Amino acid sequence: MTQFQRYVFKKAGWFLAAFVAALVLNFYLPRLVPGNPVDAIISQMASGGADSASMQNIYDTYIKEFGLDEPLALQFFTYVGNVFRGDLGTSFALYPADVRGLISEALPWTIALQLPAILVGWILGNGLGAIAAYKGGWFDRGGFITSLFLSSMPYYAFAILLLYLIAVRWDLLPAAGGYSFGTQPSFSWSFITDAAEHYLLPFLSLVLIFVGGQAIGMRSMAIYELGADYVDFSRGLGIDDGRITRYIFRNAMLPQITGLALSIGSLVGGALITEVVFSYPGIGSLLFKAIRQNDYPVIQGITLLIMAAVLFANFLVDIAYGFIDPRIRAAQTGS
Amino acid sequence: MSTLPAAAPDAAIDTDAKSPILGRLRSLPGQFSPRFWFALTLTLAVVGFGFLGPYLTGVEDPDDIVGGLYMEPSAEAWLGTDNFGQDVFTQLIYGTRTSLIIGVTAGAIATLIGVVIGLSAGFYGGIVEEALMGVTNVVITIPSIVVLILLSIAIDSRSIYAIALIIGITSWPWTARAVRAQASSVRTREHVDLARLNGANTFSLMFWEVLPYMLSYIVMAFVLQLTSSILQESALSMLGLGPSNSISLGIMLFWALLWESVRTGAWWAFIPPTLFLTLIAFALLLLQSSLDEVFNPRLRRS
Repeated sequence: MTQFQRYVFKKAGWFLAAFVAALVLNFYLPRLVPGNPVDAIISQMASGGADSASMQNIYDTYIKEFGLDEPLALQFFTYVGNVFRGDLGTSFALYPADVRGLISEALPWTIALQLPAILVGWILGNGLGAIAAYKGGWFDRGGFITSLFLSSMPYYAFAILLLYLIAVRWDLLPAAGGYSFGTQPSFSWSFITDAAEHYLLPFLSLVLIFVGGQAIGMRSMAIYELGADYVDFSRGLGIDDGRITRYIFRNAMLPQITGLALSIGSLVGGALITEVVFSYPGIGSLLFKAIRQNDYPVIQGITLLIMAAVLFANFLVDIAYGFIDPRIRAAQTGS
Repeated sequence: MSTLPAAAPDAAIDTDAKSPILGRLRSLPGQFSPRFWFALTLTLAVVGFGFLGPYLTGVEDPDDIVGGLYMEPSAEAWLGTDNFGQDVFTQLIYGTRTSLIIGVTAGAIATLIGVVIGLSAGFYGGIVEEALMGVTNVVITIPSIVVLILLSIAIDSRSIYAIALIIGITSWPWTARAVRAQASSVRTREHVDLARLNGANTFSLMFWEVLPYMLSYIVMAFVLQLTSSILQESALSMLGLGPSNSISLGIMLFWALLWESVRTGAWWAFIPPTLFLTLIAFALLLLQSSLDEVFNPRLRRS
């Protein structure tokens, strides 16, 4: 076995451990809810006035699904088995809708909103940060304070302000939803332009914040590299500026690429509140509703999805790093 | 940043290796940039608003109903009323206070756990380091927002300290990682060997010989933890999982969103908490970055 293979195996081992820990948390914590989640939801339904025959029916479904009449360890294995078969259970609040269906309905909206925002923000932010570091002067100072302000602004605060000013105050763009109320999603031109209008504001609110954060990161990385010994040495050797700049930015880019991969991994859970603010039909809005209705299966399904995505992205980044950066590979394998 | 500067000339005569910070502190005030003083003033103003506010404006109960639904700002209610008819200005004072208390508590917990774990791992090395960093790496990859959501739904009554504890125990790993890296480099310095030859025990070695060299870093880590704790609390609160029966900036926003104040144009209900969260985060990050420039000369540019 080569050292690199050992490195991959070791990493895979750690991520497996993290995934098991995540599964245990996801399984166990909702079961700490006083009483048990099924009793809690049944009493809630009873006060809502459902008849007793259908209640018994629902009760039996959930007890069986959760395996609540079995010992805890067995319940856990039932849960893990279900997860691996892709069965995330049945929603409490929207009985008998299954959780997987609800999530796969919401997920495309979240991905369509966040993935382009992350990519565009990353490219713009890194460009600006690099220019600021290289040029210095007023561009740097002004840009730095603006970026710091933008990136320290919580993304939801910025979203609220944008929504109020642009959609409510000036009435330039629609204020809620992923498409107009009363229309059905379809591939018609009118629906696409309508959806694009609803898309613009949440998209902007994410991009601008992301640009700020990336620009700050890139700027400090580039300043750090500008002062590195190899830069002075290359200058001393008389290597031309363009080439040195290329070296600098190649080195400075490395952590930025990691950052990009990690933000893509965390995109599901990264901006939940943006969707809440704009009433955008994605995972965030689904979670917001589920929390208010104590819909534990939906909450659990979403948290599991977020964890799985983040773990997977982290794993890929670690492996890719092993490829890209020989220093890391050497340090990790202990040579 | 871990090398001892030859800053103060008297530091050379001063053989008191226990406090490398002291020599440095003497030469510090001149190094603080205008940016630092600006950030500090801003931070103190926010803290003063939250903690002295009630005494300056006359003590009022933030839960008092002073008017109807979403009344516009007036002479009686400077920032109008919210969806319950409560005074927004008073809520803002108490909300700022709650957010700061949660931030400081959670930040302190996270920094403490991070320093203890990172310091032990870096100082002992070997199997202790492997085990502690293994745990850290597992915790770091599990997204904290998920643990926060799961823990918050599992706890029945959420006090502000319960929330602070939950945030604290999910956000220490970054500090632990960085502290470990520093500790394992400081450990190999000569003064540590010297103290060990003098018969100092492990604890005093860690506490007196290694820790002081990282104080500047720990202060900065605390400021960062504090900032992110405040923002995490408000994110949790906006999802509906904030501390029960209390007012924080995030809870004010939760109600404002739930009652559609943004779309009905009741700006006084959501603009103040939004701006305050931004202001707090901005002031603290500016403070952190200007401290970084003082402690980390490589970032300073002539």
